[in-house]
Amino acid sequence: MKRMVLPLLIAVLAALSARAQGKLNVITTTEDLASIAREVGGDRATVEALAKGYQDPHFVEAKPSFILKLQRADVLVVVGRELEIGWLPPLVQQSRNSKIQPGSDGYLDASLNAQILEIPTGQVTRAMGDVHPLGNPHYWMDPENGKRIAKSIADKFSQIRPNDRAVFQQRLTDFTTRLDAAEKRWLAQMAPYKGTKVVTYHRSFPNFAERFGLDIIGYIEPKPGIPPSPQHTLDLINEMKRQAVKLVLVEPYFDLKTPNAIGRETGAEVLVMPPSVGGVKEVTDYFKLFDYDINLLVEAIKKTGAK
Amino acid sequence: MRPMRLVCASMVAGGLLLGPPTATAQETPQALKQEIDQLRKDFEALKQQYGDRLSALESKLAAAEGTPAAPAGAQPAPGQPTAVPVPVGAQGAGGPSGALPVYGAAGGSVASSKIFNPDMAVIGDFLGAAGRNTANPTPGLEMHESEAAFQAVVDPYARADFFISFGEQGVNLEEGFLTFTELPGGLLTKVGKMRAAFGKVNTLHNHVLPWTDRPLVSQNLVGGEDGIDDAGFSVARLIPNPWIFLEATGQVFRGDSGETLFKSSERGDLSYVGHLRGYYDLSESTNIDLGLSYSHGHNPSGIVDGVDVGRFRTNLYGVDATLRWKPLQRSIYHSFVGRTELIWSHRDQFDGLQKAMGYYVSGDYQLGRRWFAGARYDRSDRADDASLLDSGQSLLLTYWPSEFSQVRGQYRRTKYAIGPTANELLFQFLFSIGAHGAHPF
Repeated sequence: MKRMVLPLLIAVLAALSARAQGKLNVITTTEDLASIAREVGGDRATVEALAKGYQDPHFVEAKPSFILKLQRADVLVVVGRELEIGWLPPLVQQSRNSKIQPGSDGYLDASLNAQILEIPTGQVTRAMGDVHPLGNPHYWMDPENGKRIAKSIADKFSQIRPNDRAVFQQRLTDFTTRLDAAEKRWLAQMAPYKGTKVVTYHRSFPNFAERFGLDIIGYIEPKPGIPPSPQHTLDLINEMKRQAVKLVLVEPYFDLKTPNAIGRETGAEVLVMPPSVGGVKEVTDYFKLFDYDINLLVEAIKKTGAK
Repeated sequence: MRPMRLVCASMVAGGLLLGPPTATAQETPQALKQEIDQLRKDFEALKQQYGDRLSALESKLAAAEGTPAAPAGAQPAPGQPTAVPVPVGAQGAGGPSGALPVYGAAGGSVASSKIFNPDMAVIGDFLGAAGRNTANPTPGLEMHESEAAFQAVVDPYARADFFISFGEQGVNLEEGFLTFTELPGGLLTKVGKMRAAFGKVNTLHNHVLPWTDRPLVSQNLVGGEDGIDDAGFSVARLIPNPWIFLEATGQVFRGDSGETLFKSSERGDLSYVGHLRGYYDLSESTNIDLGLSYSHGHNPSGIVDGVDVGRFRTNLYGVDATLRWKPLQRSIYHSFVGRTELIWSHRDQFDGLQKAMGYYVSGDYQLGRRWFAGARYDRSDRADDASLLDSGQSLLLTYWPSEFSQVRGQYRRTKYAIGPTANELLFQFLFSIGAHGAHPF
């Protein structure tokens, strides 16, 4: 009997101290990171995103109400690669929260273990538009990176709440297993259409294209962050005709006028394809993001006979 | 792969060695030379082919392992940047993250010291004016201001921001302050020279104003273009409540601002600024920002021959309101900002207390991704003689080639208390180079 008392006491104390700590208060900059953080955190964390999935993550307003959210956060998860450079730094500075300052334990840059594409190798100048010198920040559009982000988040949560390490690691394993299965399904769905040529509005889809075998032959933006110009649009139409491109992918926050005009000229189908959770109403989590996008693509490819 | 390549290479090399003796028996040296050249070409092609396949496989392997794939032939060419690692904690807050490209002679020590350089930017503000203004003339063409910004984290407890503005002639430290981000009690503390938290316009640098100029009320009552911009301390605290964002700011300055606003003759002639800001999200696209401001300091009206015999003071009271609308899904195309500030100045002078009042109301609508239209109404008494009233109207059109430059035109009609009405066309080019600053809110 006596031998059982001590472990029991320890278990009770551990449970009590875990409760005393309360739930981990997590703020993420985007809904994609929030969805993955929820998968990992389960009922041990409350997770909230600052930007909505249907807004351009480069241009979020630094609203003071975000300061209140950041003030109470235990962990801040950011996309990084300068995606949030236009709005996040002043918010974090004014948060009065030492836990989430860059370099502190509660600050997690989710890009550090992810596979990053389009890292410029030569001289970078703004003549190239609003180019990201540290690589393309839309890396979450590849489920392999989703797993890496989840692992970073699980490790960060475990570091801050060591008592819940087992829970977070268990949930990470579970998430990874489900994502593996889903990824197999998505790859199988896309396999017959490998090499399909598409045009996208902004450079939001390189990771997605690489994983699922799309061939991005051009962009509606002449340069990142620069709105479409007549000459570039003409060149793009000619190139699309030459290569018989039948699909145009547009993020939900861009105007459809130019894409529709290009669609009319070339006979291509214009798809509003969310690059983020919450980009359209049906996409409520990270799994549904790929479900939605891949179904949308496959349907459109079948309809247009795109190659 | 490597053994295979070796085998192929040695086969070709063997062919090269074995080939010539049989050939010499039958053919001229000329033909022999051709044959050798042909073989050499074949060998080079083969080598190239296998080299390419090898590096393609290597980069695929790297991708599968989750490391960013190095471009084929990963040896950086001369003149190409090499990468240096960024220290943990440097990212965010405007700092870099990930591997940084370093240019020029990438000697290790030189390269790593560059990482700690502050974020630097220069913002140019070119102003032009046409039309007649006898009361307050500005140059026809002017490089009005070149603002250099240096910003970085100092240590784990603080960050520093410097904004140095160069006019065509002089240099002015517009702001230079240290911010403690980690003080207990939720206090955000700044030390240095800074634009005071009096209302909205006073806190804004020229390049983030929605106009080419500052409203008449700022010129007449709040210290002109520089405004209340002084050396001192600032402490701001959020006031917890379940409803709104509420922030109280208290500031103490030396007491020198503007030409005629505050002048300190003794060390004890400090000036004070208090500000209360409330912010509320009416919906996800609409929000309202309200402020109350107070400032107090010694004014220069009592100074005779360099001696402050009058010891007169000025009290300023301000109310500001900003309404913003920005539909999230089309946030880069359409938005509206309406703002107003009302300011009362109570200035003690030899001739008694002057109670002056002024305000502006302005609205800016974003027509499309690159176009903004705006209007402003101005009205203000003069601080040292409240019986003199200036008023004005402006219409504005702004074009953004990119996030980093803008062109603005402003038609301004000003009715001065003394002198003829001024009709002016003002135009401005604003451009920014260097680090990507935060967008103003």
